[in-house]
Amino acid sequence: MMQGFWVPRRIVMAAIALLLVGWCAVSLNWTWLATPKYQVLILQGIWTTIWILVVTMVLGMLLAIPLGLAQAAGPWWLSGPSSAFCGLIRGTPLLLQLWLLYYGLGSLFPSIPWIRGSDLWPILRQAWPYAVLALTLSVAGYSGEVMRGAFKGVPHGQLEAAKAMGMPRLTAFRRIWLPQAMQRVLPTLGGETVLTLKATPLVATITVVDIYAVSSRIRQDTFIVYEPLLLLAVVYMAIAGLIVLLFRWLESRVPQKTA
Amino acid sequence: MNGAGLLVSTLDYLAWSPPGWGATLAVALGKSILIAIGAFGLGLLIGVAGAYGKLYGRPVTRDLLGIYTTIVRAVPELVLILILYFAVTSSLNNLLLAWGFERVQISGFAAGIAVLGVVQGAYATEILRGAILSVPPGQIEAARAMGMPPLMLAWRVTFPQMLAAAIPGLANLWLIATKDTALLAVVGYAELTLVTRQAASTTKAFFTFFMAAGLLYLVISILSTLIFARIEAWARRGQVRRAGT
Repeated sequence: MMQGFWVPRRIVMAAIALLLVGWCAVSLNWTWLATPKYQVLILQGIWTTIWILVVTMVLGMLLAIPLGLAQAAGPWWLSGPSSAFCGLIRGTPLLLQLWLLYYGLGSLFPSIPWIRGSDLWPILRQAWPYAVLALTLSVAGYSGEVMRGAFKGVPHGQLEAAKAMGMPRLTAFRRIWLPQAMQRVLPTLGGETVLTLKATPLVATITVVDIYAVSSRIRQDTFIVYEPLLLLAVVYMAIAGLIVLLFRWLESRVPQKTA
Repeated sequence: MNGAGLLVSTLDYLAWSPPGWGATLAVALGKSILIAIGAFGLGLLIGVAGAYGKLYGRPVTRDLLGIYTTIVRAVPELVLILILYFAVTSSLNNLLLAWGFERVQISGFAAGIAVLGVVQGAYATEILRGAILSVPPGQIEAARAMGMPPLMLAWRVTFPQMLAAAIPGLANLWLIATKDTALLAVVGYAELTLVTRQAASTTKAFFTFFMAAGLLYLVISILSTLIFARIEAWARRGQVRRAGT
């Protein structure tokens, strides 16, 4: 396989790429990377980006499964609201949803006494709950649509067979319907995760300090424009690459039956 | 003071003329739509060139296009917008200075179209490449065998048949274009989302304004979906309808 990749033109291109990287490393200003303060900030920023991504993907998928199921097989009073929700989320910009939740709820909550008095108030005063909520709803909206297709794609005969064997509906869902739908959705899910990763820097606009916010701060502190942006691009590409590898590994673990 | 009463009392802010913000919002909506159209158009141009380059280009072209689409699809649009915005502005000015011209201030409008167009181009490349691949190769070979020149072949054989396969992806891409214009708010361009935030923080009527803007985006998306459904039906007019689909 490697022989097919390392043909002469690729070696030349890799050499040019190495030269470019070398030029970037030598002639651009990377002194700020040596500052311990920024090193800590960068690591914290990457950590924030990753935990927000993981938490919102997990919560979003947990919401997406009932949303997809309701649209694929639910009665009208479940499928209607579900598809309306998906349309609403997919039809408006995430930035707008984020700002609606942060500024809207953020201005509404302080005027309600029992929320102000509750134990949750110290948490609700921070920005991250709104970031997590907005991203979770977004993941749920987009993946709900994907799950709808996945649930519908499971061959009907299998569900009928389960029914004929007298399997309870919940067991059939847990053992037959859900696993096969998840198996179908796995390749798409990787793409969705990368899309969610690409949406995370928006949380910086509501003062959550993710890696994007850290890079902006370094840019403002040091007046260095390109280098923090380049680092940012590299960090996101590395995380995206890891996600792709992770899902490739997951897919290889799931037994595939090709007809 | 309850939420519903608050919402009704602040609806006046949406009036057309000042102190209402209606006209301001409408102008911002117009800017958003124009940028989306420009970016989508530019993206299509890049996409057509990219798809043909990826399919029929020389190996080096193909590799370079692969790098382009991979990078754009892995790096957040927001970061790309910042990089391209700074890089394009400063390199253009350097060029102009080197040639002895004055430095120019690139308008946010042009920069927005250019940046979002480059992003859209990467996705359009993949969509159009897949669509071209869906055209039965025998037809293209037949046209070549008949001595049809490449442009005529593209216009008469490839293009009409790939259209049906490309429309759903392109419709999705257009919706992404309309929503991605909101990202220009972060670099300070006064499109709908930023103007909405300004209006909301001036009047403190956050829900009213954000919901109104959301409604505008939603109307765009619903209208676009309807229009693209018509276009897809038109593009599929020559295809055999299989039973059950």
